[in-house]
Amino acid sequence: MVAFSYKLKKWILYTVVAIIGLSFGSLDRCLAETTQIGVFNEALVLLLEKNFSKKSVAIEKLAESGDARSERILEALLSGDLFYLKKNKTLVYAHREGSAYAIREVLTDEDLGIEKKRKLKKIAINNNLRAQLKDVLARMGLTHADAGIRLAAVNKMLDTLTPEIDELLTDRLETETDPDVKEALMTALSIAVLRGGPETNTSDRLDVLQQLTGNLQPAVRNELTQLMEKETDADLRKAASAILDGIEMRIAIFEFFETLFFGLSLGSVLVLAAIGLAITFGVIGVINMAHGELIMLGAYTTYVFQQMMPDAIGMALLLSIPAAFAVSGLAGILIERTIIRFLYGRPLETLLATFGLSLILQQAVRSIFSPLNRSVTTPDWMSGAIQLNPVLSLTTNRVVILIFSFLVFAGLSLLLKKSSIGLQVRAVSQNRPMARAMGVRAARVDALTFGLGSGIAGIAGVALSQLTNVGPNLGQAYIVDSFMVVVFGGVGNLWGTLIGGLSLGVTNKFLEPWTGAVLAKILILVIIILFIQKRPQGLFPQKGRAAG
Amino acid sequence: MNTLENIRSFWPRDQVFDFLIPDMPPDLDLTHGVILYLEGISVSFGGFKAVDDLNLYIQNGELRCIIGPNGAGKTTIMDIITGKTSPDTGSAWFGQRINLLKMNEPEIARSGIGRKFQKPTVFENHTVHDNLELAMVGNKQVWSTLTAKLNSVQQGNIEAVLETIGLKEKITARAGSLSHGQKQWLEIGMLLMQNPKLLLVDEPVAGMTQQETERTAELLTDLAGTRSVVVVEHDMEFVRSIAQEVTVLHQGRVLAEGRMDEVQNNQEVIEVYLGEENAPH
Amino acid sequence: MISYPKILQTDLGGSLLLGILMIAGLLVPLLNLTVNDTHLLHVSTYTMALLGKYLCYALLAIAVDLVWGYLGILSLGHGAFFTLGGYAMGMYLMRQIGTRGVYGHPLLPDFMVFLNWPELPWFWNGFNWFWFAMLMVIVVPGLLAYVFGWFAFRSRVTGVYLSIMTQALTYALMLAFFRNEMGFGGNNGLTDFKDILGFSLQSDETRAGLFVASVIALAGGYVSSRWVMNSRLGKLCTAIRDEEDRARFIGYRVEDAKLWVFTFSAVLAGIAGALYVPQVGIINPTEFAPLASIEIVIWVAVGGRATLYGAVIGAMIINYAKSYLTAALPDVWLFGLGALFILVTLFLPHGVAGLFRQGSFAFWWKKKETLTVVAERANL
Repeated sequence: MVAFSYKLKKWILYTVVAIIGLSFGSLDRCLAETTQIGVFNEALVLLLEKNFSKKSVAIEKLAESGDARSERILEALLSGDLFYLKKNKTLVYAHREGSAYAIREVLTDEDLGIEKKRKLKKIAINNNLRAQLKDVLARMGLTHADAGIRLAAVNKMLDTLTPEIDELLTDRLETETDPDVKEALMTALSIAVLRGGPETNTSDRLDVLQQLTGNLQPAVRNELTQLMEKETDADLRKAASAILDGIEMRIAIFEFFETLFFGLSLGSVLVLAAIGLAITFGVIGVINMAHGELIMLGAYTTYVFQQMMPDAIGMALLLSIPAAFAVSGLAGILIERTIIRFLYGRPLETLLATFGLSLILQQAVRSIFSPLNRSVTTPDWMSGAIQLNPVLSLTTNRVVILIFSFLVFAGLSLLLKKSSIGLQVRAVSQNRPMARAMGVRAARVDALTFGLGSGIAGIAGVALSQLTNVGPNLGQAYIVDSFMVVVFGGVGNLWGTLIGGLSLGVTNKFLEPWTGAVLAKILILVIIILFIQKRPQGLFPQKGRAAG
Repeated sequence: MNTLENIRSFWPRDQVFDFLIPDMPPDLDLTHGVILYLEGISVSFGGFKAVDDLNLYIQNGELRCIIGPNGAGKTTIMDIITGKTSPDTGSAWFGQRINLLKMNEPEIARSGIGRKFQKPTVFENHTVHDNLELAMVGNKQVWSTLTAKLNSVQQGNIEAVLETIGLKEKITARAGSLSHGQKQWLEIGMLLMQNPKLLLVDEPVAGMTQQETERTAELLTDLAGTRSVVVVEHDMEFVRSIAQEVTVLHQGRVLAEGRMDEVQNNQEVIEVYLGEENAPH
Repeated sequence: MISYPKILQTDLGGSLLLGILMIAGLLVPLLNLTVNDTHLLHVSTYTMALLGKYLCYALLAIAVDLVWGYLGILSLGHGAFFTLGGYAMGMYLMRQIGTRGVYGHPLLPDFMVFLNWPELPWFWNGFNWFWFAMLMVIVVPGLLAYVFGWFAFRSRVTGVYLSIMTQALTYALMLAFFRNEMGFGGNNGLTDFKDILGFSLQSDETRAGLFVASVIALAGGYVSSRWVMNSRLGKLCTAIRDEEDRARFIGYRVEDAKLWVFTFSAVLAGIAGALYVPQVGIINPTEFAPLASIEIVIWVAVGGRATLYGAVIGAMIINYAKSYLTAALPDVWLFGLGALFILVTLFLPHGVAGLFRQGSFAFWWKKKETLTVVAERANL
């Protein structure tokens, strides 16, 4: 019993101590926080002072406070967007709306609506404060928890290196863990050394120069170019020149890849636009001049879906892929059944009739949706760019569309190769009478093929809506190019369309810097006209006796 | 002096620029009595050998029948002779001097080779008369065609040919309104207007009545002698009725060659061809 | 008495057309110049210019009918030849402006002064002479057609491929002419013309003169085209259209025939363009637009192919409808044009001229039928 009570007492004692300890601990933290909040509030009060030196103190305090709101306040101060209301001295962010200002409260981020200019007072700063602000912001950026922000902060500082900032960077380098940020820090420090001028040791500068080999930062290139202009030391000049050449070379390579990417991107769009045409032309042997308008229908389907689901833009985009396929595909089947069917064997008349149809579709869209362009929103996961290095960045929507068009291509070839309808389509395209004799219902295959080709056009429209404005002339812009792809790649051959489209896109983009966009396009047309001199059947002609 | 020579070398007086050479094929040279040489000809379409190392000689004035099952390469040979297809290897000479492989279709046609297609091919929207007029031998350059006028000799030629092909009453009829057999004859008539030395005739009696067939046989045998005629035909009865020499093709090669009765008794030929052909085609 | 021209003896449609043209060529200018403008019979200058424009379109339609109706080449690029002829004329008219431009530069047209061109580009030299400009009206479209045709026909590009290539041709030219750097006034084109051969373009007399010139050009274009198509070359053209291989195997160089007729047709289109520009007062790159070229084809389709006069009828009807509808019901016009494309190809393959020929109206003429007429009708 005694032992038990002893144990109990001991437990009680521990518990009490623990509780007290805990409360002291939290109290301690509470106290600390109050002081921080105090610093923050103190700073805000000081900001309202007219005296610049007091403002300077306020800036310092804001930086120390560690408050999440500090950075935004300081940035607003630097850009001249920080005001206070004259009546109650509330700090606000303000930006011009006509003759008045739209304001938000600094502390709560609450929207305070529009306020007249004379009710507000701007918090003025001078040049000293400006320099201090930049410095402070840089420091804050350097210590930010997010590595991306730290990196941006370092890169921002490259242009405004001062001994103080050098020191900051050196300090940071010791604690930095992120490799990218580390590298950027080292680059910055190297530049600082290079800039050191005559009092810095030449061999140090040479060493540092070597570290910059292949560095793609624009600041590095500027630095080296300036060095070449001013520097008197021959060794240094020689080393710098070699490194500069190396850098330029790397940049040239990456620019090559960038052009290649843009070319492939354009090519993938051409492939998407042309592949449906290639199918209908290959199988039925008619040119559908309304193909561009079927693309346009797909793009408008996307627009309508986004209007219906304004809160789920991405979802609407995904849903509009099958929807656009259905809309354009059904339109295609309708066209085939009502017009093209009666014109088989008269390809030139088909061309005219479908052209008339394209006029009607364009005008219909103009009447329904207005002749103005409609913009389709790009969902977040498709916007922005993938920055591979300082000179090479790939726009996300183009990457997505590139992948998407390959998927469509793969799906289509699979469909034609493996499914029974694909088999029938291929049979009809190779030998119509024989296919018919074998029991293939050629008329049904024609309609389905036309629907398939048109449906793909609709999907192309969804993709295009992410790259350009959606308007009644959308289809027109792509129809001539798509025909060129089909003619170039060879009729009735999916691979031909793929290779043709990609190579036309790439050629176009590589010609553009030399000739400008319009001349590049004209040159491509001329090249194709000359090309079909040599190979009238296109890159991949259909083989066999029938080809002659 | 030097300059003058330079100019001369650029513009030698015994030569002219290509485009100034009159558009006339060299004369047909038949000194060895052979009008057509095909030697070592091979063609393949996407891996399929349509004609395989083929040798064929046609004598001047000869009537030769070429027979063979489907896909034996009969039409391809015609295509090669008339310049529609160029062979992968081999040589093709018309007489001693005319290299067929260096010429295009119209040049070959003007040098004296006429061709009738398998499917009767006439200008359906023209009258019978105009069909013959267009085919008539003469200068076929654009300007001459534009200013051409029929003289009485040419009109006489047309009427003579109309007589030969038996379409005299149809002179103003649209070619498209003719019967199948009449179209075949009109096409043969167009060949005659060209005044060719070598006629290539692809299945002339397909779709003809018994009577028409007999008249066609008569016509073709009449033509041989003054010119050479090569007939590709499936109808064995017809071949028997006209053939002097027969060439049997199989898988792009010459399987047998000789008189009809010799060929008919050739064991190989019976195996690959005649055996099946005895059944109604 | 001069006997009735042989090539028209068998051509009722053409004879009627030429008769109407002759009457219009005399009457319209007369009614414009001599009749008081309050009088009922007065033809306003606006109407005369409009009719003159239609005449140019009709000549253009004949050019398209030559290649499409007779040769079977569906050219979707004839607007290019028309526009090039128009630009050649426009360049002459620009240089006639002289110092009367907004900037008063003696040599450079206004747009060049505006774009800070230091001097006249070399290809503008010579256009101050009328004869040179007229030569270019013929040479530039003709040469382009010749070079394009030489490449296309030699490599035996036919059918829809060829159509697409011609469309690409005019599309490329449109892109090129939209560029200011080309030196043809960019998207504004050439305009603000003052006078032609010293006569003011504003005066009714000059307008009447241009109208008469258009009548003569159309009549001349019609007769020369009829002459070509009645010749053996014309028969060859339809022969090529129907059985190209046969024509080749009886010894014709098909590509040569196509090339020359195509070039001739382009020259006609160029002349039409040259007459069009002074009457309309502007030429700009939108005339190169693929739509403009394909519209010409539908004029011919509506009028009736391979008849020549059908092309004239089609051009007149549709352009009248266009002038009327684009003013009265602008939205309906494109619907109507589109529907026309479909309906004509589906239900009226021989066009208005086809109806005319089937109708009883022509029966008395049949007595005069000769062999050529049979061939003519057969061309349908």
